[in-house]
Amino acid sequence: MPETFILIPGRTSDQGCGISEGKFLEKYQREINSLQVAPGDMTRLGIVAGDRVRLTSEDGQVEVCVVPAKADELPVGMLFIAYGDISSKLMGGDTHGSGMPTSKGIDVQMELIRPAAV
Amino acid sequence: MSASATALAEAPATEGSLKVIQDATCTFCGCVCDDIDLTVKDNHIIEAKRACVLGKAWFLNHKTEDRPSCLIDGQPASLEAGYDRAARILVEGKYPIIYGLSDSPCEAQRVAVSIADWINGTIDTTTSVCHGPSGMAFQGVGEVTCSLGEVINRGDMIMFWGSNPAESHPRHFTKYSLMPKGMFLPNGRKDRTCVIVDVRKTKSAKAADIFVQIKPRADFEGLWALRALSKGIDLDPVQVKRDTGVELAVWQDLMHRMKACKFGVIFFGMGLTMTRGKHANSEALLALTRDMNAYTRFVAKPNRGHGNVTGADNVVAWRTGYPFGVNHSRGYPRFNPGEYTTSDTLANGEADSGMTIACDPMANFSEPARRHLASIPYIALDTKETPTTRAAAVAFTVATYGIHTGGTVYRMDDVPIPLRPSCESPNPSDLEVLTQIERRVKALIGITG
Ligand code: SF4
Repeated sequence: MPETFILIPGRTSDQGCGISEGKFLEKYQREINSLQVAPGDMTRLGIVAGDRVRLTSEDGQVEVCVVPAKADELPVGMLFIAYGDISSKLMGGDTHGSGMPTSKGIDVQMELIRPAAV
Repeated sequence: MSASATALAEAPATEGSLKVIQDATCTFCGCVCDDIDLTVKDNHIIEAKRACVLGKAWFLNHKTEDRPSCLIDGQPASLEAGYDRAARILVEGKYPIIYGLSDSPCEAQRVAVSIADWINGTIDTTTSVCHGPSGMAFQGVGEVTCSLGEVINRGDMIMFWGSNPAESHPRHFTKYSLMPKGMFLPNGRKDRTCVIVDVRKTKSAKAADIFVQIKPRADFEGLWALRALSKGIDLDPVQVKRDTGVELAVWQDLMHRMKACKFGVIFFGMGLTMTRGKHANSEALLALTRDMNAYTRFVAKPNRGHGNVTGADNVVAWRTGYPFGVNHSRGYPRFNPGEYTTSDTLANGEADSGMTIACDPMANFSEPARRHLASIPYIALDTKETPTTRAAAVAFTVATYGIHTGGTVYRMDDVPIPLRPSCESPNPSDLEVLTQIERRVKALIGITG
């Protein structure tokens, strides 16, 4: 059963370095395809590191790989992903008269689609 | 030899020998650190002293791309053919757009604005999806500001709101805002209080004396609560906690400290501008900053991302009167974010041709905007292959500013900084490409001289 979370896309060191190293290289691709989930949410939902989940917003759908958020970096109910191709697919085209699509604080549904290989 | 190569800061070293370029400028982020010592061997940077992790990745990964300088419809082509085709695309469009520019020097930005003017086109920069909402807020509220030099010498209360410099601007703390010893802050970090307000306990939060973890999408409410407290207005603790996720006592303590400081600075990031509220969030922060000046000295500064996004605002503003999202279809500039900004002209299906410069909308824009861009002829200038260059009708591989080419960039505090190129490139600079396209555009529309 999908649950609703608030997704915060943002910058990370690896994403920034990956821009210079090459957007088609593994480091950048891995970073922008990794979803940080609060440890509390992972335990509650039975998600382990490496699981794939589907995120669905009002405007798009993506599949990403779960990594546990460090310590208390993320509160329960919030997800984090590095900016990029994947996070932008969840944004809408409407900018509400500002020129800026809502790119942070996006409501998404998260559902587990494939457990990690054992 | 390309113009970029002729602009080298020092004579090229002979093969195998080392060359050191002192005080080179890093243009990866808006800090624009101009104290980097580069060691160059065989036209390749092998060391970037004092650069942070992002700066090192920027300098050490530059290489001569193994791609042609020009591709037309994905096929290698001569630069001349590319310039011709690019000019025709721009002139033949009924609603041509030019977008990007935050990783180009001011000299190239200036030519891009001229092209937009000649073709009655729309010019927009990546500011519109960065601090564009803050640009709108500056117009509404005004800006109490200062240079980063003043922050170094005076800033005893340093706040970051919706910004994570530890990952986005790694030398911000050490070079400008927290660690430096200043004229009136002889003990450096010990003389400063650092406050971080964010929805996440980011890596930057470790540097804070006070970390305020606000509820997502409650920045406006938090800032408005502070504005009320600055005026001595009583607030309901239950409502404040419910609306902001933070106890009223925390806001009260923060306001007490803000009033007590000698020189407060609020650096704000895209946590404000990209979240619901957008320009209203920035307006609230700028209004709070203005309010604080009734009690002490307080300034606000957006933490700008790309190396010359601040230059883009400046150049577009001094050429057109507006900082971004400028339309010339009536022969004079008009500004309207939400209409002439690129996310909108693409997602609404209005643009029918375009040129992107040093940006990657095919990776960073919404799906409707990407779909539309893929359906129209456009020109892309970039140093590397990106999803945007892959789908372009004409793709130019250009030299990297600050590494291969000189010019001027603006640091995030609007201070212009010269570039000191260190290597040669076989590719033309974006200034060269844009100048050639402009020449052909003028010829096509019958303008001589
Ligand atoms: S802080 Fe920014 S400008 Fe300075 S070295 Fe790092 S990436 Fe370059």
